Amino acid sequence: MRKALTIAGAYLLTGALLLSACSGGGNEAGSSGGGGNSSDGSKSSSPTKLVFWTFNELHQKFFEKMAANWNQAHSDMPIKLEATTFPYEDTHSKLLVALQSGTGAPDLADIEISKIGNFLKGEPQLVPLNDIVEPEEGNLVMSRLDNYAKDGNYYGIDYHVGAEVIYYNKEILDQAGVNPDDIKTWDDFEKAGKQVLDKTGKPMTTLETTDQWSFWPLVAQHGSDFLDKDGNVILNNAANLEVLTYLQKLVKEKVAVLAPGGGHHAEEYYGMMNQGGAAAVWMPMWYMGRFTDYMPDLKGKILIRPTPVFKEGEMRSSGMGGTGTVITNQSKNKELAKKFLEYAKISKEGNIEIWRDLGFDPIRTDVWGDPAMKESNKFTDYFGDQIFEDLLKLKDEIAPVNIKEKTPAVSDVVKTKVMFQALNDLKDPKQVLDDAAASIK
Amino acid sequence: MKTDAVAASTPTTPSTPMRTNPVRRLLYSRGIAPYVFVLPFVLSFLIFFAYPVFSTVVMSFQEVLPGQTRFIGWDNYRHLWNDSFFTALRNNTRYTFWTLLILIPLPLVLAVFLNSKAMRWSGFFRSALFIPSLTSVVVAGTIFRLVFGQTDVAVMNMLRHAFGFETINWLAKSSTGMLVLVVLATWRYAGVNLIYFLSGLQSIPSDLYESAEIDGANKWNKFWRITVPLLKPVTIYVVTISIYGGYAMFTESFMLWSGNHSPNDIGLTMLGYIYREGIEKNELGFGSAIGLALLAFLLAVNVVQLKFFGLFKKEED
Repeated sequence: MRKALTIAGAYLLTGALLLSACSGGGNEAGSSGGGGNSSDGSKSSSPTKLVFWTFNELHQKFFEKMAANWNQAHSDMPIKLEATTFPYEDTHSKLLVALQSGTGAPDLADIEISKIGNFLKGEPQLVPLNDIVEPEEGNLVMSRLDNYAKDGNYYGIDYHVGAEVIYYNKEILDQAGVNPDDIKTWDDFEKAGKQVLDKTGKPMTTLETTDQWSFWPLVAQHGSDFLDKDGNVILNNAANLEVLTYLQKLVKEKVAVLAPGGGHHAEEYYGMMNQGGAAAVWMPMWYMGRFTDYMPDLKGKILIRPTPVFKEGEMRSSGMGGTGTVITNQSKNKELAKKFLEYAKISKEGNIEIWRDLGFDPIRTDVWGDPAMKESNKFTDYFGDQIFEDLLKLKDEIAPVNIKEKTPAVSDVVKTKVMFQALNDLKDPKQVLDDAAASIK
Repeated sequence: MKTDAVAASTPTTPSTPMRTNPVRRLLYSRGIAPYVFVLPFVLSFLIFFAYPVFSTVVMSFQEVLPGQTRFIGWDNYRHLWNDSFFTALRNNTRYTFWTLLILIPLPLVLAVFLNSKAMRWSGFFRSALFIPSLTSVVVAGTIFRLVFGQTDVAVMNMLRHAFGFETINWLAKSSTGMLVLVVLATWRYAGVNLIYFLSGLQSIPSDLYESAEIDGANKWNKFWRITVPLLKPVTIYVVTISIYGGYAMFTESFMLWSGNHSPNDIGLTMLGYIYREGIEKNELGFGSAIGLALLAFLLAVNVVQLKFFGLFKKEED
């Protein structure tokens, strides 16, 4: 019996050896690939492979274009960009698991702003980008980079400022006899809304019930936020309550309707707006692309204006949403990846391309006045060519938000509970906010 | 070859010098061969099942962060006492209850019909009922989301209009949301359960029915006194996997609400909650604790259910 056991043990060991041999082979293949890359880099003949993950096909196209431009400008260190677009949740889950387990991560990746908190927990498995950010500090909207920072290290570069604006449907306002430039405060907005409702029977605006873009910008512009500077939950403070109560009032007065499909990114919603379903909607600048692509019938009818304020003197815009491109610490070519990222998203030409290609308000304010920004493209055709002149006036009025480790949790509760309970179920806003704040541990 | 076998079967004489090849002796040993044959299973079980389970238990006592993983005692389990956890548990329980109530009797009756010789086209109906379970949940969920959409032109709302009711937002209320989930489950899994019951029916000897007929039993008596009792083993199996399936439901809800975020968490399931906490909020430790709590809960439910069915008792008569 004992002998049988020893022999069984021997078999087990052989099996283990065989298995480890297999995995060894795998490693070897992997490392030889990597080694090949680095040696190629020094020889400067064949391109270095950089892998990039994103959740937005437009971002992928943008990076592919920038890689082609890079190769023209830097023939001494060419790159071969291998970009992949995954669904939104999958990108973040895969990346998180890869970083947690220490293997399988790409060189570069996109992380959406409400997810970045997950990646800054513990020791960030990302490469600090201070040496490419700090030289340009004066030209960049730094509050956008603070969102991706921890302990003085910048880990991600955003695509855009995401300046919050309000889009008015000129046709409906004209019918109701409302001049959008007279709307300065949210009280004015409410009055104008009633006028629109009386004259045209249409609601003034739409509100999201399963997303946060109707609520968060107003909160930020009212001098508050979901989290304070230290990352503590202040979701249920007085200012936030005031904003939520105001939104609920709009719904009760029928000045605002709930967005069909729950948010401003639903197919049903695009259809409704395209047919002139509401007179206004406040969304960040990056929402321009949704107008051009999904609401073609509104071409030439949309006015972009600063959002109203609750009190005179408050900021008329805020930096909303965003996606940071990061470099993971598993990259074998960190320096090259950094240089490429600087070229694609920090340099002047990169930022102009971001506007041309993606229609985003770039994070470099010194390009906003650049003649290139007036060149006609599908966005200027749709909204007119004065977009950035208007934006420049708002330059110093963009309220920042605090993105911290608890952001994913707060954002989750706002999306699933707060908006729906306050605007659909019409529950007491104070109760809703108190419950929500208490549920975040 | 023969000498090898003899040598191997007489291990009690180790002092005799054996000139035979030790490798061959090993390969032809009868004592060892079984271990070799089960080795692949044992290995894959250890690597892909036992190790992750063990690791989950460890992680449930940890705060798992890159570079800063530390033990935090029972904190994760203490956090389980919160609204979302109970919402998820309640949703799963309701879903399981309704699926059991519908997905046991309905396929059973359908199976009896399809098994009957009087039934025409039974082969066609069999496949027609089974086909839904071959579709991907992702596709089915998307289609159901559109069918139960909130617009006036969504199929189910048009059906309501035909009866003089107005448009409703199916997926915004807890009751109608659950209805959609159960309808989806019925459409998709009735065929699977039907197959189980059919195979059970075909193993019931027909002479039982014949002798019952001679004794003057009618159809109802035959169904109630012969078919149902003799299907008990199959029923126990189907109930068990239905309970497990009910609590493991995730994709259906994920697809219906196009993501893990349903209004007021009306579609939140236990697995959705694990995913939300573990991955979406990067609290792998807490996620592990939820998983283990679910495991304990399911084991308890299944034990109660099996006891209820008398599985632990010895066969009577």
